[in-house]
Amino acid sequence: MIEAKNLTKRYGDKVAVDDLSFTVEPGRVTGFLGPNGAGKSTTMRLILGLDRPNRGDATINGMHYRDLPRPLQTVGALLEARAIHTGRSAYNHLLALAQTQGVGKKRIDEVIDLVGLHEVARKRAGGFSLGMGQRLGIAAALLADPTVLILDEPVNGLDPEGIVWIRTLMQRLASEGRTVFVSSHLMNEMAVTAEHLIVVGRGKLIADCSTEEFIERSTEQIVVVRSPDIERLATAVDEDGGKAVLSPEGLLTVTNMEAARVGELASSGGIVLHELTPKRGSLEQAFMELTRDSVEYGGSTAIAEPQVAVPEPQGEGR
Amino acid sequence: MTTMTDAPGTAPQIRKAGFGRLMLAEWTKIRSVRSTVWALLLLVVLDLGFTALFTELTASQWDKTDASARAAVMADPTSTILGSGFFLSQLTVCVLGVMVVASEYSTGMIRASLLAVPRRSSMLTAKATVFTVLIFVLGTAVSFGSFFIGEPILHSKAPVSLGDPGVLRAVIGGGLYLAMLGLFALALGAIIRHTAAGITGVIGFVLVLAPLAALLPGSIGKHVHAYLPSEAGHLIGQARQGSSDLLTPWQGFGVFAIWTAALLVVAFVQLQRRDA
Repeated sequence: MIEAKNLTKRYGDKVAVDDLSFTVEPGRVTGFLGPNGAGKSTTMRLILGLDRPNRGDATINGMHYRDLPRPLQTVGALLEARAIHTGRSAYNHLLALAQTQGVGKKRIDEVIDLVGLHEVARKRAGGFSLGMGQRLGIAAALLADPTVLILDEPVNGLDPEGIVWIRTLMQRLASEGRTVFVSSHLMNEMAVTAEHLIVVGRGKLIADCSTEEFIERSTEQIVVVRSPDIERLATAVDEDGGKAVLSPEGLLTVTNMEAARVGELASSGGIVLHELTPKRGSLEQAFMELTRDSVEYGGSTAIAEPQVAVPEPQGEGR
Repeated sequence: MTTMTDAPGTAPQIRKAGFGRLMLAEWTKIRSVRSTVWALLLLVVLDLGFTALFTELTASQWDKTDASARAAVMADPTSTILGSGFFLSQLTVCVLGVMVVASEYSTGMIRASLLAVPRRSSMLTAKATVFTVLIFVLGTAVSFGSFFIGEPILHSKAPVSLGDPGVLRAVIGGGLYLAMLGLFALALGAIIRHTAAGITGVIGFVLVLAPLAALLPGSIGKHVHAYLPSEAGHLIGQARQGSSDLLTPWQGFGVFAIWTAALLVVAFVQLQRRDA
């Protein structure tokens, strides 16, 4: 179990993690979701004792990371940035880590086989592709058979086969009763992997609920309408308690109203309809909508401007 | 990419963890990087090669050398023999010492290291111990090698034997000097955390600062020069205190040790305080 309490981290006058509190329970995959720069990696580094929080506290099974007697046996971590000496072979990298924990050599071969790096285990890690590097990182995380896994963007650089593999692996590890905490900026990836979601934006907690609930809550029903007399229909919808938004292309997007009611309004007003389509917003869209106000735009001065430049989501995905 | 097995691994057997294991892991890190192996090899080759070259030159030019220079060699042949080897080979130790720790930062390995050993000072202590012992053993071996190459070459001009006063201490002192220099470079690498900048810093200390200090006027210059880390430190590789040396061999080594200790304190405090 991972617990974060009022975790806060500032870099200069920039707040990377802002008063974040959550609990990651064992026995299920918990997704840590947020746009790039939302503070996911920083939060993980704080949990792992690599960075010190300015305020707040993070514990693993009730202990601070640095007090764990054999840390790799409790926590296996894959960080977003590479943590491998480029001049060292995969095998020797794992050997050095194993020696610190007193893990036997047999286990090194096991994890190398598990991640499918057998043929390149004696080659320098500097020549590894992004995907191979990720696999080596996962092997290091699993080395001492930990009960808690903290994985930062593990699907980065993996091919489709690798993505399915890591997804299955995480779910299996969770089903064995382990705590699996995995970050991603991809909503769709998390929807199929995680049972529970912790969503952050600009360092702040946005949601902490089951994936099902999150999807239910955030994807609202919309009705797309096309008509030669669209402005009159828009007024009718608004007057009836719906919310109509007219796009520059002449499409009317109606929320807060059933498709049938829109049809009735059109009929009673004598308005011709060319299209009347009920839609459920895509998950990715919902996620973008939800985190829109909290997307980090890189340069710190850019934040000062009001963020009006975000386009209306038009079903483009990302 | 090979096929991926998905079978759950059998629980690994975990043996007792302790400082010995940390040292074993640091030894694995050192020996498993090609550049460190090359640098160690370069240390041996440069040291023995230059010992042979310089003592050979000294012997062959003996009759053309002026009397005062000859007297200096005859007063302490050990210093001439060892010094000719160390002059260049010590740079490999500087580079290695910085690299052993700074390369962990430049590659990101430090994160894996600190996840495995979150008690950061234990990690750095293990690393420093393994590296210093390694350089001391290799440095002493090279020092003896250098002595036994140079001694017969100079024998007819300036005879010296291992049994002469201070000679054995000077030869072992060669290993001590290199080991302390390695530790000094390691500490600076841990503070600077950047390979190129760290190497520049150490070489600045060892090669640049000394001639610069010598330019200072009068006795201030002489004192500053004498107390610089490598200037004080290399005195341990002399069989006897030279007429112009302010410090005895052991005093010099002590000064070098104080410099190194001061840098290590800074390195340990920084390691605890800074984000990795």
